[in-house]
Amino acid sequence: MTTLRIDHVSRWFGNVVAVNDITMTIGPGVTGLLGPNGAGKSTLINMMGGFLAPSTGSVTLDDQPVWRNEQIYRHIGVVPEREAMYDFLTGREFVVANAELHGLGSKAAQKALATVEMEYAQDRKVATYSKGMRQRVKMASALVHEPSLLLLDEPFNGMDPRQRMQLMDLLRRMGDEGRTVLFSSHILEEVEQLARHIEVVVAGRHAASGDFRRIRRLMTDRPHRYLVRSSDDRALAAALIADPSTSGIEVDLAEGALRVQAVDFGRFTALLPRVARDHGIRLLTVSPSDESLESVFSYLVAA
Amino acid sequence: MYDPTVARLTYRALLGRRRALILGALPLLLIVISVVVRALTGADDQTAADVLGGFALATMVPIIGVIAGTGAIGPEIDDGSVVYLLSKPLKRPTIIVTKLIVAIAVTMVFSAVPTLVAGLILNGNGQQIAVAYTVAALVASIAYSALFLLLGTVSRHAVVFGLVYALVWEALFGSLVPGARTLSVQQWALAVAHRVAGGDLVTSDVGLTTGAVLLVLVTVLATWYAGQKLRSLTLAGEE
Ligand SMILES: Nc1ncnc2c1ncn2[C@@H]1O[C@H](COP(=O)(O)OP(=O)(O)OP(=O)(O)O)[C@@H](O)[C@H]1O
Ligand SMILES: [Mg+2]
Repeated sequence: MTTLRIDHVSRWFGNVVAVNDITMTIGPGVTGLLGPNGAGKSTLINMMGGFLAPSTGSVTLDDQPVWRNEQIYRHIGVVPEREAMYDFLTGREFVVANAELHGLGSKAAQKALATVEMEYAQDRKVATYSKGMRQRVKMASALVHEPSLLLLDEPFNGMDPRQRMQLMDLLRRMGDEGRTVLFSSHILEEVEQLARHIEVVVAGRHAASGDFRRIRRLMTDRPHRYLVRSSDDRALAAALIADPSTSGIEVDLAEGALRVQAVDFGRFTALLPRVARDHGIRLLTVSPSDESLESVFSYLVAA
Repeated sequence: MYDPTVARLTYRALLGRRRALILGALPLLLIVISVVVRALTGADDQTAADVLGGFALATMVPIIGVIAGTGAIGPEIDDGSVVYLLSKPLKRPTIIVTKLIVAIAVTMVFSAVPTLVAGLILNGNGQQIAVAYTVAALVASIAYSALFLLLGTVSRHAVVFGLVYALVWEALFGSLVPGARTLSVQQWALAVAHRVAGGDLVTSDVGLTTGAVLLVLVTVLATWYAGQKLRSLTLAGEE
């Protein structure tokens, strides 16, 4: 049983407050750390991983301090956000080196490479890897010692859908094994696909915490606005308004577009393409007019 | 205090193609100069001492020391890959000492060996000049590596600061301003070399004891401090 405790942690850089008095407990299973760009996710993960000292507050893993305690890494695996690794090594050499640094041999390395399905490219130089391959080798290096806490900063960045699925499966499996897995992301869909528990950070503050359904409701129980252009705006408007997920439509003559207000975000995004297809209408533009994460999150914070 | 894996990663990074070229350039230049000088002036002890003291020890050794010392850790800290060392149950001083040993070895190979070869070309080790300067290069390699490894640990601009120190302080100031000369790795190394060569072709501004004590002191303090700095090295996002 591994529990990571973040207790009244703040971190500032000069007069920028990156993390503002956050308290949370991360237990076994998969937890998603969700927040828009610049929210302080990396800063928080760096403090959880013992690579950054909190300005105030404390981070402990099963009551052991994380900062300036290198023995703690027997229990922690880290997948950093930054790309740089030892590019002049092959994937296998890189993972073997990481295993050796844990006092383990090439057997552990080989096992980790198999886990992330990178054996086929293990003898190529890391420099030649795609972003997704790098990500998987980083993952292997974090797994060699079978840590009970795994910290991943934006692990799905740059992965194609198939690689994303594979990594999600792997993380889910690790969570089911009783390990504590924490990953950050700024994409809600990504987080709710994988994490049962979500921590939301916005502008350095702990904005919400809990089951993804609760977070989802906070985020979706409000109108979402879209700007839609199509081959037949009026026909599309008529078809959309028939569905309860749409709460309002305005034909914007000046823009030559529809302004659609949807109440159920998930349902509406599924509805729109289907309706268009059924009525033989071609969609030209669909742009969320306030769907930027910041607006979703500021709503969440205000709520 | 030594980790073979850290050592392997460090020397492979140091001897990567581009850096190896830079490391090889100055020694090559020294050898070429020596061949040309020998061909033009014949074997002359004073000339040999001038070339080895003025170019090899005053310029080449510190520059190689900068490249190897800062290069042993600086790029890793800059690009963040040092996280793969820091996220291991490794004592931070072990990482530093290992990197120091690699930096010393590389500096010695790329500076002391060519100094010896150049000395042999110049005057065939007459009056022990080649050996004396080689010894100076060897001891200077240790102190420079420690100093520049520390610099690489604390500063993002280590190479620039290192080169300024090497060229302005050691090569220029050190030979012009008397006070500065006491605080110069080059002079301390020369004190040791003087002991080897005897005579007055190899001289130093400091005595052997002072030189030796300062060499040891600087090496130990710089290494200890670099270890402390690495213990509290923070990795933050890229602004
Ligand atoms: N080393 C630093 N110096 C100064 N400010 C910093 C530093 N690192 C982070 N910050 C600031 O702290 C805030 C949080 O940054 P952080 O990288 O933690 O955000 P993030 O949630 O990881 O963002 P992203 O999704 O872009 O990775 C930002 O305003 C950032 O500019
Ligand atoms: Mg980040």
